[in-house]
Amino acid sequence: MLRASLIALCAALPTQADEIWVSNEKDDTISVIDVETLEVVRTIEVGERPRGITFSKDYSVLYLCASDDDSVQVIDPETGKILHDLPSGEDPEQFVLHPDDRHLYIANEDDAITTVVDTESRTVVAQIDVGIEPEGMAVSPDGKIAITTSETTNMAHWIDTETQELFANTLVDSRPRHAEFVKEGTELWVSSEIGGTITIFDVATQAEKGKIDFEVQGVHPDRVQPVGFEFTNGDTHAFVALGPSNHVAVVNAESYEVEEYILVGRRVWHMEFDRNREQLFTTNGVSGDVTVIDVASRTPTKTIKVGRFPWGAAFRPTE
Amino acid sequence: MLRTIMAACLLAAPAGAVEVVVAHLHVIQPPPPVLSELELRPKGLGLDGTRLGQEDNATTGRFLGHTYEVSAHAVEVGGDVAAAARTALAETPFLIVDGPGDALQAIADLPEAAGALIFNATEGDPALRDAGCRANLLHTVPSTAMRTDALAQFLVRKRWDDLVLVEGEHGPDRAYAAALDRSLAKFGLEIEARKTWAFDADMRRNAAAEVPLFTQDFGDYDALLVADELGDFGRFLLYNTWEPRPIAGSEGLTAQTWAPVVEQWGAIQLQNRFAELAGRGMEPEDWAAWAAMRAIGEAVTRTGTADPGDVRAFLLSDAFELAGFKGRPLTFRGWNGQLRQPIPIVHPRALVASAPLEGFLHQRTELDTLGLDAPESDCTAFN
Repeated sequence: MLRASLIALCAALPTQADEIWVSNEKDDTISVIDVETLEVVRTIEVGERPRGITFSKDYSVLYLCASDDDSVQVIDPETGKILHDLPSGEDPEQFVLHPDDRHLYIANEDDAITTVVDTESRTVVAQIDVGIEPEGMAVSPDGKIAITTSETTNMAHWIDTETQELFANTLVDSRPRHAEFVKEGTELWVSSEIGGTITIFDVATQAEKGKIDFEVQGVHPDRVQPVGFEFTNGDTHAFVALGPSNHVAVVNAESYEVEEYILVGRRVWHMEFDRNREQLFTTNGVSGDVTVIDVASRTPTKTIKVGRFPWGAAFRPTE
Repeated sequence: MLRTIMAACLLAAPAGAVEVVVAHLHVIQPPPPVLSELELRPKGLGLDGTRLGQEDNATTGRFLGHTYEVSAHAVEVGGDVAAAARTALAETPFLIVDGPGDALQAIADLPEAAGALIFNATEGDPALRDAGCRANLLHTVPSTAMRTDALAQFLVRKRWDDLVLVEGEHGPDRAYAAALDRSLAKFGLEIEARKTWAFDADMRRNAAAEVPLFTQDFGDYDALLVADELGDFGRFLLYNTWEPRPIAGSEGLTAQTWAPVVEQWGAIQLQNRFAELAGRGMEPEDWAAWAAMRAIGEAVTRTGTADPGDVRAFLLSDAFELAGFKGRPLTFRGWNGQLRQPIPIVHPRALVASAPLEGFLHQRTELDTLGLDAPESDCTAFN
């Protein structure tokens, strides 16, 4: 009896290792990876077509875009239970949590709208008309600017978060997919999947200040399609997922030069670091797995099978 | 701060207001008699694609001060094509045409069309990309040769090299069969045996009952190809052949400009947008018209002008690339104005493959393994 309850107790305790949560677009599940054992320790059933995935700042809840359910689901990471849905506008694909830990800026892919949702009152605060197929979302570290990129309009839309209105629209190459503010919010990087480039903007002037091209040996340039990207400590280097070229590029964030290409799984899409940014986890849609990259040596160390079409990934500390 | 915002606005709209009108001209052709009356031509076929492209362009244009309008024209069977084209050209230099090859050439040759930009959204005839090309005529619809090349690559990949053909008697059937012959020769295959489907009063059973006997004397083979571009008898071949073999060509496994089953490469978004607008799936005619409209929009967005000469120059330059939801950037061939594009190989329920297939190489781009390559084309209008 005692032994039985001990086992039950242990099972109920959260695991000690940190986790990477991966949304599986075509399985309607989340795969939870233990960063120590590099194994899937939990699979959680969620809404239809899960894509964008992010935790609240204190990691108490997970926000998940359930695109085909037209909602953002709020999930208890301990139990994996869906606590409630947030109104999100139609077909939410990706979102970003404002530094105030309260407002989600959501790209409504089918509706050419960015929806701002208050996660506390669970209401829509604003809806902003943007270009066709909004996708990439970013907020500046000071919270003053939000960005939506639109895939078919080929623009980065600059939103003043005080007025919730657009104050600039800047053209980029075809099918912009992802945006990130870097270097304390002084630069904005936008990846263009079909254009095959990353455009770098000076945030103060919204002027283009650089463009990065990619070239993977043995792969036709048409198939080198940058999508998600993340930065190492101090924003010195960017790791860039190059879609169907099945490679991740390592870009020097000062010189904008590509230093290395790392072979990963098929159709690499987004990625997430562990706690100290020593390991990087890439979602590989077509091969249905996650590649673990050792950041220091820039080598892939393991492939972890997850669900069908892993899309996004989010880090969760467990202590 | 205000200055920053103003600077940004200026940056975002370099050229100021631009108004773009695009005419969609449908030269109506009489529907051929077919055995099955299941599918009627959807109302708005093609035009709905132009309309979706207009909406897409207008959304982008809103941020730049550019507006887009569609002006729809139709010529009834036996109507005056030239007169309708003149009316459209009086409104705008941009024409998207759904019509046969002779009508396209006639329109392109009108004095009023000099300096205009005409998009062929439906006619696959390779002659229009060959000696019959026109400098003011671009093709967003792939040539039939591109589609049959795609299919031939698939046959090579599957090692289905023992092939037989059933072809219809109509002009489009024969043209398709000729394109198949050319493509198979190009990729080292040939048709071992061929029969013509002539369903007349001597065939005194329904088509489905006729097929087993009709195909019995083919003996053994890997795949049966069918040239039935009108959609007449091909559908009755499936599951009725004497030998249980796959069917490809106009029926069964088909190489298409586009199909409602394409969902890869973000295409589901385009399909959803189209279904919302038109209330039906997106057909090849819709996609090609949409692509023409988007190409115009992309050129106007990037250059800030709606001058047809500038638009044409931009479309044919290295700077142009269209995100056409086919997995690769699309560009125009500089030697004949054909839009380079992957070709989906589909059955009615799913995408089977997308050509160019892996392993078919080309020094310029693998997309040029499909259709008339520069040395094969006698088009001189683009020199």
